[in-house]
Amino acid sequence: MSEMNSVGETTITTPSDREVVMARTFEAPRALVWDAYTKPEHLRQWLLGPEGWTMPVCEVDLRPGGEWHFVWQRSGGDDLEMRGVYREIVPPERLVNTEAWGGDWPETENTVQLSEENGATTVTTTILYPSKEARDAAMATGMEDGAERSYGLLDEYLKTMG
Amino acid sequence: MATDSLSVTFSALADPTRRAILARLAGGPATVKELSAPFRISSPAVSKHLRVLERAGLITRGRRAQWRPCRLEAAPLRDVAEWAEGYRRFWEESHDRLDEYLRQLQRKEPDHVRDE
Repeated sequence: MSEMNSVGETTITTPSDREVVMARTFEAPRALVWDAYTKPEHLRQWLLGPEGWTMPVCEVDLRPGGEWHFVWQRSGGDDLEMRGVYREIVPPERLVNTEAWGGDWPETENTVQLSEENGATTVTTTILYPSKEARDAAMATGMEDGAERSYGLLDEYLKTMG
Repeated sequence: MATDSLSVTFSALADPTRRAILARLAGGPATVKELSAPFRISSPAVSKHLRVLERAGLITRGRRAQWRPCRLEAAPLRDVAEWAEGYRRFWEESHDRLDEYLRQLQRKEPDHVRDE
């Protein structure tokens, strides 16, 4: 079952059991958005998350089988590290790569699709998890099937912990 | 937040029975026997799940050998909730920044518009 919730203008949906899809439209031509997503000098300017983070490592070996490696740093906080391998590169429309956070964290396969209409580019990122369980755990979403009805309790409990 | 302990938490949560056990414990402490009742699986199987949850720090167990009631531990779950929320925020705020950055680039390099 698909559920939709808008976060700002970034739309997040779950079209299948193992996927999370993020979509966002930018007022810019596709070639430029492609560069912003694939070139370190651009990535370092925007792929930074909340205020206060920097990206000291941004390595991109943009070819099938090539590796990417990103490290973020926050003053007074821990580092955050992500890495993966590029699987498919079709400029300026399609990028497929794996993504891993290390440890037991399940590796995902991410497909970034860029489409342009009237000068605006929509970037659709599909994150494919190895299982529904991994997807649900990652997004901490409630379960839909009746057997998991008590999950709502946990939800409530998490709220009281805030 | 250490990424490693977080991935241990995630792998412990990546099982529907274990999540159901945690949901049950959100309602209060329970013994292995009480926890086994709704699951149609054996007590040893439930005990195995409990060991995974205990290793991940998601539950603690009482010291009294006979009963050893299980109790939900809040901190790792809060980390996961924060992480999931953080992931969403990370992308939302990065996208906002990209929006502005693309505008800047187009002001600086209007040629880009004719690239395609």
